[in-house]
Amino acid sequence: MTLEQGIFILASLLMLGSALAMVTARSMFVAALWMIGTFAGVAVLFILLNAGFLGIVQILIYIGAIAVLILFAIMLTPDVMGLKPGPRYTGQWPLAAVMASTLAAVIVLLLVRAGNDWHIADAAPNVTDFAVQLGEAFMTTYLLPFEVASGVLLVALIGALVIVRDE
Amino acid sequence: MSSIPLNWYLIVAALLFCIGLFGALSRRSAIGILMGIELMLNAVNINLVAFWRYVEVDGLAGQMFAIVVITVAAAEAAVALALVRALYRSRDTVTVEEIDLLKW
Amino acid sequence: MREYAVLGAFLLVGIVLPAAVVIGGWLLGPKRANPVKNSTYECGLETVGETWIQFKVQYYVYALIFVIFDIEVVYLYPWAVAYNRLGLFALVEALIFAGILVAGLFYAWRKGALAWF
Repeated sequence: MTLEQGIFILASLLMLGSALAMVTARSMFVAALWMIGTFAGVAVLFILLNAGFLGIVQILIYIGAIAVLILFAIMLTPDVMGLKPGPRYTGQWPLAAVMASTLAAVIVLLLVRAGNDWHIADAAPNVTDFAVQLGEAFMTTYLLPFEVASGVLLVALIGALVIVRDE
Repeated sequence: MSSIPLNWYLIVAALLFCIGLFGALSRRSAIGILMGIELMLNAVNINLVAFWRYVEVDGLAGQMFAIVVITVAAAEAAVALALVRALYRSRDTVTVEEIDLLKW
Repeated sequence: MREYAVLGAFLLVGIVLPAAVVIGGWLLGPKRANPVKNSTYECGLETVGETWIQFKVQYYVYALIFVIFDIEVVYLYPWAVAYNRLGLFALVEALIFAGILVAGLFYAWRKGALAWF
């Protein structure tokens, strides 16, 4: 087993373990903290995949911004902080568990049967100056997504402000 | 070549997706459902970047997709949590079983 | 991948050191609890009310605006790094991008979302 494989297994265990702890946590606040562990594991996986920029973006956006937003939202609603005791799950949770585990079993079975039958490229991607490549791509091929993104963010900002504002 | 097979990433991503699916389908709290969906989006991103790394090394489409998914996920979280907050103010609950205005 | 070894070492030290301090204190310190010791510490004052209080919505509004501009960084960083290779066209595009979001900030400001009350 190489070092890379070791890091992969460690990060995956951290990620999946935190994810399981997240969906089973009794308090939503604790669940949100476990969610941060999951996001960190995903960031490590991105870095292992030579996508260092996305790994940093994952930490910056998911851990630095979205997780904080969710934690604030939880603190704004005492309902979910665990003040009102009550079940974590709706009545249909056994059905959900069966569905999720069936889907997982099917996908994993298919992937194991497929083995390494992918058209894997020979070379690793050239990731020196990757941010520069990304910047040039944003200004040429992916110009429309670049500009549409600002529109999406503007609509999200205004919409959320209108909804959340206290009268 | 990386020493990690592509399959490993796909299997881990599939497991993460299904855990998120379970969270989204079973949680009583609307915020818990949103957190499950965030997990599913993360699993999709792992798949996109893994295929970019192993199959499409010359292009950037995989990473571009991942960045757009992250953007949309953040916008979605912002609006959804604002909705949860408005719901809590007007109905004093965020439990999805008690939000049944559209049911009969 | 090698450049991340430094980051990994930092991470390791950052986890091990605080853990050693906490576990060491837990192992070595005497444990004689009494009600006064177990009460919540708040700068020496007596605590008032419950621990789980309702937070103001302003926290959420600030986090919301932060999230939006955090994502703007993700888009503008590659543009800024590649700035020397791109021409005037890219500058105009980036200005449009930033301008659209500044319009959102202007809206938030005019609606009083930035005020702390």
